[in-house]
Amino acid sequence: MASMDIRVGDTARAVSPAALQRSGSQTILAVLTGLAALASFAIIFLMLFFLIAYAYPAIRFNGIEFFTSGIWNIGNQYGSGTMTRNGFSAQPGASFGALVFIFGTLLTGALTMVVAVPLSLMVALSLVYTVPKRLRPIANALVELMAGVPSVVYGLWGMVVLVPWIGEKLAPWVTAHLGFVPFLGGSAGSGNGLAASVFILSLMVIPIMVATTRDVMLAQSNSLFEASMALGSTSWQAMTRAVLPSVRSGVVASVLLAFGRALGETMAVLMVCGAAINSYPENIFSPVNTIAAVIVSQLESALTDASGMAQRSLAELACALFVITLIINVVARGIMRGADRREGRAA
Amino acid sequence: MAIARTGVAPKSWASRTWWTFSTACLIAVIGVLFSIFAFVMARGFPAIKLSLFTTSTHGTAGGLLNAIAGTFLLVVIGLAIVTLVGLGTAIWTVEFAPLWAKRVIRFMVDVLAGVPSIVVGYFLYVALVEEAGWGFSLVAGAIALAIFMLPYVVRAADVAFSNVPRTVREGAVALGARPAMVIFSIDFPWALPGILTGLLVATGIGLGETAPLIYTAGWSNYLPTLAPTHSPVGYLTYVVWTYISQPFEASHQLAYAAAALLMIFIFATNLLARSFVEYRTNRSR
Repeated sequence: MASMDIRVGDTARAVSPAALQRSGSQTILAVLTGLAALASFAIIFLMLFFLIAYAYPAIRFNGIEFFTSGIWNIGNQYGSGTMTRNGFSAQPGASFGALVFIFGTLLTGALTMVVAVPLSLMVALSLVYTVPKRLRPIANALVELMAGVPSVVYGLWGMVVLVPWIGEKLAPWVTAHLGFVPFLGGSAGSGNGLAASVFILSLMVIPIMVATTRDVMLAQSNSLFEASMALGSTSWQAMTRAVLPSVRSGVVASVLLAFGRALGETMAVLMVCGAAINSYPENIFSPVNTIAAVIVSQLESALTDASGMAQRSLAELACALFVITLIINVVARGIMRGADRREGRAA
Repeated sequence: MAIARTGVAPKSWASRTWWTFSTACLIAVIGVLFSIFAFVMARGFPAIKLSLFTTSTHGTAGGLLNAIAGTFLLVVIGLAIVTLVGLGTAIWTVEFAPLWAKRVIRFMVDVLAGVPSIVVGYFLYVALVEEAGWGFSLVAGAIALAIFMLPYVVRAADVAFSNVPRTVREGAVALGARPAMVIFSIDFPWALPGILTGLLVATGIGLGETAPLIYTAGWSNYLPTLAPTHSPVGYLTYVVWTYISQPFEASHQLAYAAAALLMIFIFATNLLARSFVEYRTNRSR
């Protein structure tokens, strides 16, 4: 690990003192810090290993039904005997179909993006162009502080303010007056559900997307804007048809990262989603459930399963969520790095 | 972007409408976010009483002493772990790693930042609480927080170490400083504001986490025992989550107070972090 060759391309440390001199203390330091650097690998590797190993009996027991069935039932605790499939057993009558949760996760995530992406772009554009210079630091600070608000606090507000408002005002009005539109009619529900989850998730991801989009736009040189203006476009056209497309990959990557965040968000969604079990949403006010929320809300019931299969099935859910977010993140980082390399920034 | 406005008259009507619309979006978003902040403060601030800091939660009411002490312990131990591992990672990537390893490590750290908190929580539940037999415990909770903070600390320290001017380092080497001395007496002082900013941001993250702690620290109505394992720990975010669902007004008061305290702690660390950033930019001018 201590062996070090000087590379021309490695401009940040073309001549590293560490490379010039080799001594005992340096080797010790290199080994110790190298071990620390292994931690991030080890964590991701161990995470996959433990979750898959723990979930293995569930993966065998549930089979393809995990992805095709929407019935989640830990079985009869007081029933006699066990039910066995593929050599692994659970309580009689057990069924661990995750389709409701997988569908709910993707649906809330996708709808959140539909709401939050245009809004974030608008906010970021306004932040770099229309906000007066004196107010800009304040607006920036507000957006960034809001990114640090814990998700339970969003959930608290959602439970006490948003959900009653949706349940008592918005949903009855919309279902009565706009009920002819698909997915807006039917039962108004209690306020807990898809609409509340999407609203809260949007608030949580907007600050993240705004900050990234603003930064990539500000990093773009002004000449593009000026050239576009000189060709006779309006300032709006210059921003949205010249500057914004030129930072496309940065924006797409930030959207993907926010999508990953929305899929994995737990507490706020748990507090407002209505915890649907075994039912698919009928309209935008119906209760939903997500993988992350169900892992928390089903823990207590899973612990009563003497066969342990319910806990292992929750681990299978965690694996599924991990794989989905891993793919999204790797793609997003790939896009970012590709853009960096194309535009000549250091990777 | 301050630009002379040269829009051709017929087109600029649409342009002006769009800009007005985007400004309205900005005001709406900031307005809603601010109203959340104002709501939590308005409900939570009056609920903060001296007795919250002297008594623990019991049943559906009580104080927050156990939760505050638990949050403090979890974050401090988490920070200790993440300082060692995070700074080690950053030093290795900046000082020792060949280019390909730098890329791989930065990539892994980025990927780690995207892992959902509940996945980290369930992983540690399986690995530490169940398989290692630690039970719900302080160390399991602190490790969960450390995993969560790691990407923020590594990124901040990585940037801070990379920005130490090469000339200063080379000067030190020319004067005969050994590599370890360069790292500890040149790199560290120079990178300190950036590292502290990263640690403060990580503190804010740790204070606000809930999902990974439910599965690792558990919950306790009693003061943390300081036993590393086999002893569950209480924390503030748990109070917000569970006490607001209780049917009693006293429980709600406790949840609001916990939420307000969390916001105050987190905003204080974030403001401190921002002031370090400003200190750094002022100094480099």
